[in-house]
Amino acid sequence: MNASAIATAPEAVVRALTTRRRDLRGGAFRLVLLGSLLVAIGVLVTLLVDIGARSASVWGDRGIVDLISTEMSADPERAGIWQAFYGSLVLMVFTAALAFPLGIGAAIYLEEYALDTRFTRIVNANIRNLAGVPSIVYGLLGLAIFVKILGGLTGPNVEGRSIISGGLTLGILVLPIVIITTAEALRAVPVAIREGAVGVGATQWQAIRHHVLPVAAPGILTGTILSLGRAFGEAAPLLLVGGITTFFSSGGAGFVETLQGRFSAMPVLVFSWARLPQAEFKALTAALIVVMLVVLLLINATAIYLRNRFEKGVKT
Amino acid sequence: MITQDDISIALAGSPVRRRRERRIRRLFLGAAAASVLISVAIVASLFGEAWTFISNVGFTPLADIGWFPRRGLYDIRTLLVGTLLVAGIAMVVAGPLGMGTAVYLSEYASPRTRRWLKPAVEMLAGIPSVVLGYFALTFISPSLLRPIFGEGLSGFNMLAAGLGVGILTIPLVASVTEDSLRAVPLALREAAYGLGATKMSTSIRVVIPAAVSGIVASMIIAFSRAIGETMVVAIAAGATGGSLFTVDPLGGGQTMTAAMASLAIGSDRVRGDDYAFQSLFFLGLVLFLATLILNVVAERFVRRVRRQY
Repeated sequence: MNASAIATAPEAVVRALTTRRRDLRGGAFRLVLLGSLLVAIGVLVTLLVDIGARSASVWGDRGIVDLISTEMSADPERAGIWQAFYGSLVLMVFTAALAFPLGIGAAIYLEEYALDTRFTRIVNANIRNLAGVPSIVYGLLGLAIFVKILGGLTGPNVEGRSIISGGLTLGILVLPIVIITTAEALRAVPVAIREGAVGVGATQWQAIRHHVLPVAAPGILTGTILSLGRAFGEAAPLLLVGGITTFFSSGGAGFVETLQGRFSAMPVLVFSWARLPQAEFKALTAALIVVMLVVLLLINATAIYLRNRFEKGVKT
Repeated sequence: MITQDDISIALAGSPVRRRRERRIRRLFLGAAAASVLISVAIVASLFGEAWTFISNVGFTPLADIGWFPRRGLYDIRTLLVGTLLVAGIAMVVAGPLGMGTAVYLSEYASPRTRRWLKPAVEMLAGIPSVVLGYFALTFISPSLLRPIFGEGLSGFNMLAAGLGVGILTIPLVASVTEDSLRAVPLALREAAYGLGATKMSTSIRVVIPAAVSGIVASMIIAFSRAIGETMVVAIAAGATGGSLFTVDPLGGGQTMTAAMASLAIGSDRVRGDDYAFQSLFFLGLVLFLATLILNVVAERFVRRVRRQY
């Protein structure tokens, strides 16, 4: 480097730092990144608009009450979604009743009681792996256990392909998600809260029950309710344990008989209607999807509402 | 007078209290053990039926003209190739789009726009896969692909299915990648800017390489999710019952998961004299092991990220 270069260097540096030369490549890069994000959001918007537009004729002719309250039929003029709607709701009750207590209990054990032993590490790794297992494999589990082995209990008249089998399968499916989200919520509770409770003479359970759980409640509730949304959209495992769309009565049978009987659910109905060739069924399927998305929205809104409510109640 | 016993009771709690505590602890232990029980049940049920299948059918029919379980033709190559094809197309879509989304959200978006854009992307993750299957069949295939490929494209095709699965996995790639990008310390970026680097070269040369193991993990997880995705393929790729061996993405086809779903629809015939029912579990075992390995590998990568810095 010669003397003149060194002499001009400071000005060069100042110029480089102060002139606002347009960085074309940087700008293009930014646009590409923004573009990929907009494509993702654009797909979502396209999907919603497309399904909304396709379902328009159903809302005009039938209305939502008629669609939901009418039973399924092979005739697109008269077909409704009642059994599937009812089936989905019952399945959600089963899923929540199984997955919430078991999942929250398991998370409490792993976060609050368990020491860092080999057993604990195995259980933790196992739960993370279960969360990554494809949903259809849970369907196989349900098929092997609830349908084949326990069929006499879950549905004696339908070879075990009952709503009980479906509900238990979905419950097991979301269990790992419930455990993981609950454990995260518990981990976020400061240790000082536990120490404070134990310091004034609370037992471990009293500390958890009255101090840790209330603080973790918003996170636990949001996570568990969102997991219900996940179960609500699942079709694959239900196909394996006998969710069907070819039965045409919701039956006047008693409650237990209903639970042990054949069932349908909204995602399963989407699957079978989507493949039918008639154009009317394309519109019906779109309308059914709109109902599903509205229910999902309600589930998510409930989660957010409960979180806000609980966060207001407890200050950390 | 205070005895030794009084002190130990005062410190440890009364025996009744302690017994109750132990019972509660055991209750929760039972709940945690249930998850292990479920894994054992999954593996046991898969292995049992898969073993019956393999020991009765043998390995010869596993490479024949196609997958037609009801006719005793179990060409698993058909399903493996179909699965890889669909998952490959999905990754071509989800990889770049998910990465781009993540880099924009983590490096470029202001906190305010991020607060709006991130939930919008996450909403895509909440769309049930049957809905995306319907979208792939009724919109992507006829309105998007037909004008490009014309008559060579059949109504049910693997390309549309792959695109649908890809859309489904974009949010997954985006969120895992964004997490790992945001875990890169600010000091690294500041050091790059201090040397006069532009935002673009900081992102590409500093931030992305620093987050590379998280990014790799996101790709592996997305791939695992793509091979396990069932409903999009079952709806959009057609081929109920079976499929001939094919590598043509413009035609209909079958993946492992879609094959399982379509076998299950003919629910009464699944328990035929042949081994169609057992073949379900054989496929399930292959799928279970494949996703298990991918998830374990991905977790290794994620853990490596956490250890750094």
